[in-house]
Amino acid sequence: MGQAVKILTYEIHNLVRSRWLIGMGVLLLAATEVLFRFGGDPSRAVTSLMNVVFLIVPLVSLVLGTVYFYSSREFNELLLAQPVNRTAIYLGKLAGFTAALSLVFALGTGLPFLLHGYGLGDYAGKVAILLVVGEALVIIFSAVAFLAATRYEDRVKGLGSVILLWFFLSAVYDGLLLLAVHAFHRYPYETPLMALVMLNPIDLGRILVLLQLDISALMGFTGALFRKFYGSGVGTAVSSAMLVLYAAIPIALGLLSFRRKDF
Amino acid sequence: MRENDVIGIENLSKSFGSVRALDGVSLAVRTGTVTAVLGPNASGKSTLIKCILGLVNPDEGEVHLEGAPVKGEWRYRARIGYMPQSAKFPENLTVDELFALLKDIRKDLPGSGALDTELHERFGLSAIGRRRLGVLSGGTRQRINAAIAFLFAPPLLILDEPTVGLDPLSAVILRDKIRDQRAGGRTVLLTSHLVGEVEEMADHVVYMLEGRPFFDGSIEDLRRITAERKLERAIVRLMEENRSGASGQNTDLRNS
Repeated sequence: MGQAVKILTYEIHNLVRSRWLIGMGVLLLAATEVLFRFGGDPSRAVTSLMNVVFLIVPLVSLVLGTVYFYSSREFNELLLAQPVNRTAIYLGKLAGFTAALSLVFALGTGLPFLLHGYGLGDYAGKVAILLVVGEALVIIFSAVAFLAATRYEDRVKGLGSVILLWFFLSAVYDGLLLLAVHAFHRYPYETPLMALVMLNPIDLGRILVLLQLDISALMGFTGALFRKFYGSGVGTAVSSAMLVLYAAIPIALGLLSFRRKDF
Repeated sequence: MRENDVIGIENLSKSFGSVRALDGVSLAVRTGTVTAVLGPNASGKSTLIKCILGLVNPDEGEVHLEGAPVKGEWRYRARIGYMPQSAKFPENLTVDELFALLKDIRKDLPGSGALDTELHERFGLSAIGRRRLGVLSGGTRQRINAAIAFLFAPPLLILDEPTVGLDPLSAVILRDKIRDQRAGGRTVLLTSHLVGEVEEMADHVVYMLEGRPFFDGSIEDLRRITAERKLERAIVRLMEENRSGASGQNTDLRNS
């Protein structure tokens, strides 16, 4: 445990000076600021920002995570030759990467809200849920990236697989859901739809944030049902548990794979 | 396994897919010797070293360090200083931060005694302590790599092609350092393609071929068996004799 914390600390030191991460922070900051200035009221800024966040955050976590893990492969070899156990190295690195990326994300999206004076009051809750769900996505997709980079020796395969996954979860999956809704529109499809939405962490996150915004009232009967379920205590508990599970599974699989791996 | 062996390897095998990298290797490395592992590319030298370090998990067989099996263990690596063939460090850390990290990792472990900063000083690493690791040249990284291996004054040093990529002056410093280890009762296991270097430093040679120790003995043994004075020629002779031999089997010439 102590060793994992040491590795984590140095990872953060290394990463916060990385040009990629700084660039990503500046980009997010600029995007949020622009949405604020041209998007009108802050509620709409949150909605637009949500779309940006749910598209960009998984992609950046996946791609940067995979590339970062591959690029530290030789250093991992040196670390593994030190008196440290593999679990400490893997978890320390993953936690360090996640922490650095989380920090960048929180600053990039949260700072403009604070600067414009929405840190308190009505919007605080909405921004907070966006940040919390965004952080959950950072953790989940960083873990997936590390898993892919551990499993695949070949960088092209590793990077290709995470990009495919991202494309599937952020575009193909929703398309399939819409098709299904269209095909079954004569049937009561709402309950299965709610379950299917849960199977995609990006969609689940989006619903959780959407329900905090006023526009969910515009979503009709389905929206009302979603609100009834996800707005309830049980719904919140179930969706939080699902998000935790989505993080736990790739972390566990990646760790297992790393412990058995030959370097 | 004898009592004064640092490393005892028994029947070690490892395959990567269909390639048999190690094929039933048994070896012993005695305390206070400099042992050189030679052999062509892909003969299993690196895999052997990585099995000792626990970087590669063998399919069969066991590795013992100072009498204790290393399988599933990690604390024993506090007894080893390792210099990989080439090293890439975290780009945005400074040289000083890297050394701090490595010291930090070993801080609470028993058996980590006084630091040996000789190479750190002689390679002039203090002067570049605040530089980012990402901007350093390959040669400088190799010097850091070497300084790390010796830093904790470990009883066993494992050096994978230690002088490759070093400038002549640094290479001489490193060779002197390796010879000092033996004088201090420490053990060195190194790989090299430079026969001259091996002749200068090693007292024991293991020649790997197709995943097995083809020859395992002292340099004098090798010279005597092959009746060749130059190590390079002796090795060539050894391989030729083996090729023309009827059995075609790899033999442990130490016992012949």
